[in-house]
Amino acid sequence: MTFSQELESRFAKMLDNYPPGRQKGAVIPMLIYAQDEVGAVTPELVQEIAKRLSVKPIEVNEVVEFYSMLHRTPLGKHHIQICTNISCQLTGGDELWQHACKKLGIGHKQVTPDGLFSLEEVECLGACSWAPAIQDGYEYHHHVTPEKLDKLIDDVRQAVKAQ
Amino acid sequence: MPDLVQLTINGKAVSAPKGTLVIEAAKQVGIEIPAFCYYEGYSLQAACRMCLVEVEKMPKLMPGCTLPVAEGMVVHTESPKVVDSRKSMLEFLLTNHPLDCPVCDKGGECELQDMTFRYGLGESRFTDIKQHVDEKQWSPLVYFDAPRCILCYRCVRVCEEGMGVQALGIGKRGVATEIIPNAGDHLECDECGNCVDICPVGALTSGTYRYKSRPWEMNYAGTICTHCSDGCKTTLSVRNGAIIRANNRDRSGINGEFLCAKGRFGYDFVHSPERLQTPLIRKDGKLEPASWSEALSLVAARLSELKSRGAKFGVLGSTHTTNEENYYLQKFARTGLGTSNIDHQRTGDVPALLDALSGHENALATVGDLYTAKSVLVISSDLSQQHPLLAFQLRANYRHNRAAVYTVTPGPVRERDYAARSVVVAPGAELDLLPALADELKKHGNLVIVFGPAIKGGAVHSLVAFGDSLGIPVKYICLVSDSNSRGALDMGLLPDLRPGYQAEAQPGLALPEILAAPDLDALWVVGSNPFETAPLASRDCFVVVQDLFLTETAQAADVVLPSASAYEKSGTVTNTAGEVQRLKPGPKVMGAKSDLEILGLIAKEMGLDLGIWSSDKVFEEIRRTVRGYNVALPVIATGGASPTTPVNGHVPASRPDLIQDSGDTLFTSGTLGRYSNVLKSVMEAPGTLYKP
Repeated sequence: MTFSQELESRFAKMLDNYPPGRQKGAVIPMLIYAQDEVGAVTPELVQEIAKRLSVKPIEVNEVVEFYSMLHRTPLGKHHIQICTNISCQLTGGDELWQHACKKLGIGHKQVTPDGLFSLEEVECLGACSWAPAIQDGYEYHHHVTPEKLDKLIDDVRQAVKAQ
Repeated sequence: MPDLVQLTINGKAVSAPKGTLVIEAAKQVGIEIPAFCYYEGYSLQAACRMCLVEVEKMPKLMPGCTLPVAEGMVVHTESPKVVDSRKSMLEFLLTNHPLDCPVCDKGGECELQDMTFRYGLGESRFTDIKQHVDEKQWSPLVYFDAPRCILCYRCVRVCEEGMGVQALGIGKRGVATEIIPNAGDHLECDECGNCVDICPVGALTSGTYRYKSRPWEMNYAGTICTHCSDGCKTTLSVRNGAIIRANNRDRSGINGEFLCAKGRFGYDFVHSPERLQTPLIRKDGKLEPASWSEALSLVAARLSELKSRGAKFGVLGSTHTTNEENYYLQKFARTGLGTSNIDHQRTGDVPALLDALSGHENALATVGDLYTAKSVLVISSDLSQQHPLLAFQLRANYRHNRAAVYTVTPGPVRERDYAARSVVVAPGAELDLLPALADELKKHGNLVIVFGPAIKGGAVHSLVAFGDSLGIPVKYICLVSDSNSRGALDMGLLPDLRPGYQAEAQPGLALPEILAAPDLDALWVVGSNPFETAPLASRDCFVVVQDLFLTETAQAADVVLPSASAYEKSGTVTNTAGEVQRLKPGPKVMGAKSDLEILGLIAKEMGLDLGIWSSDKVFEEIRRTVRGYNVALPVIATGGASPTTPVNGHVPASRPDLIQDSGDTLFTSGTLGRYSNVLKSVMEAPGTLYKP
């Protein structure tokens, strides 16, 4: 399995960061960056990373099983994560989540048929001061209201249509 | 002793070496600290929190399984705080643990059950509905029931550390955490079942035993595994005369609780529907069932008649029969029939090793030595596939003592993962490489050399000369293939060597020559299958076969006598390291007789005086007459392994060209393996050598 030149050089640099014999520490960053490029943690990707770090594939699988931000099936182009933890819940996070589910017609960790959106109900995003918070990919949106969410979704749809 | 630490546990003064864990120190003075995840010999986990103890001046309860003793430490293991915390821990462990003890395989020998009885609260405050997850089958031999799992990670550790396989891992997290197999929804592993064995609860269950019995409904027979030559103790659980489980939970024997797939699951050949249960006699060209008396008198009459006219006999012995049977068979051939045409399928050049070691003392290693040696050199053997116990010992030695392991093999082996050096060489070039390793080997202080059948004849002498040149104590193990291959050699199932490697004055024919002799009058085959690979040249030959199954050889016989397997009889066997151990009969198979009884009855019919054919009597004779076998009886009688003392004398070379590795893997075992449906059922079977 090969990755883009950019990712390959990123991996090479990353492996240098760990003391000799401790390269397997790179398993999490490698998985997350490779996932961004490949779209999901595929069995081939697990094998490849295990090979590069000289560990058994099951060790990589354990990590994939543990972290919820690693996923084995492709997500939508826009992966919307909505926090329903305490601060966001108090400021309307639950309503936001219900609204999003209804608007997109999908549930937790599901993808819209056009592959444009996926939803995930998450624990704290670390943005309590600006609750309720959501994350679109790596991008944060603060003080989100159902209207703001609608706009976000509609804008994406518009942009795609325009293309 | 230096570095002793003084502490107090429950008011008892204890002194323990520095670094000892509190749980172990307590054990020394008879105080039990309960624990699930702590397991002697494997890495520390501190996951179950059952072993929490109160230590004065420490603010919180401490896990006894990871806390090293310290000078002046005062430990309480039964204080109200501790007792209370145990009750809570068990209450937590039982939150989602199904209370299906009445149908669970583990019921009666479950550690969680025992602990709950002993330390538990008796009732739970949790009223939530338990989270159910369906049971999964990971292989024909391993099932996983997630809700029963208490996440002690013993299985994960035994697989990774003990077996070096790493087939089990931990999936998900929090309350959903469960054990996961390495191949998605199934296991690809050694199928050794050590994970099932070590599981304290009924989360991992055995495909062959599940829902068959309860532990108190069975009888137990601690005997020796009849597959490879490592000599593992396997305790057969017998119900209604049939084996339904094998394990070694009591850790007796040289293998502790270790067993491979063959020792743990490969017993089903005993109850194969293809077992012979009645003698067969060839009538009008067809093998027809006959009574024992008819078959035995026929054999005795024919052999007597042939003997009286000076006929040419050939006798082929087995590598799975007991020392007593092998001894009696060669005695029958040599003194009863007056022939030295006796042989067996040789799988290792023990005579050459004993000859090369002439003048050496203490140069034969035991299985235990592989755990204590500072360095070990493995030549020409895929140990993890062919000698799983020896490989297990090496891994434990590396894990606990950082032993330096070297391998020189024709292909990659599993030991390369931790070996100091693992060299792959072309077959035949193994010894040429050794001088390059000499300087490194010398450093470690002592060495055990384990060599496979490819090293034979002159090569063994060169190897010993190399060992001598190192100037450090060197011990050797000559690998042989089957459960009593070593015993067959020791007992003189050889045309040119009598028992104890005494030269035969008039050497007879060896195996290929017996089969090729055009004028052979009678061939007697005990527990082996020579016709599988070579035909019998003689046209007019009376063939008697004693076997468990109707093998290719038995099919060509004039008389077939159904014999008992090693699991059905008494006697002793000698493992590849020359350690003698005792067999104990477990199951019964109707109609079969032990080979010793068959031999004895034929001798009696023929009017020969070969001595009483009870295994104890014959062993007594072996101890008296066979060099090296004057072993300590109490050790053997109590289920221990007694090393045979080396023959310190010149042993004539004995046809190294006939030595051939059986080529068996983890999942094959010659003829026995062919009749074990369990071994054939695992997807890894038949396994491959040198493909880790």
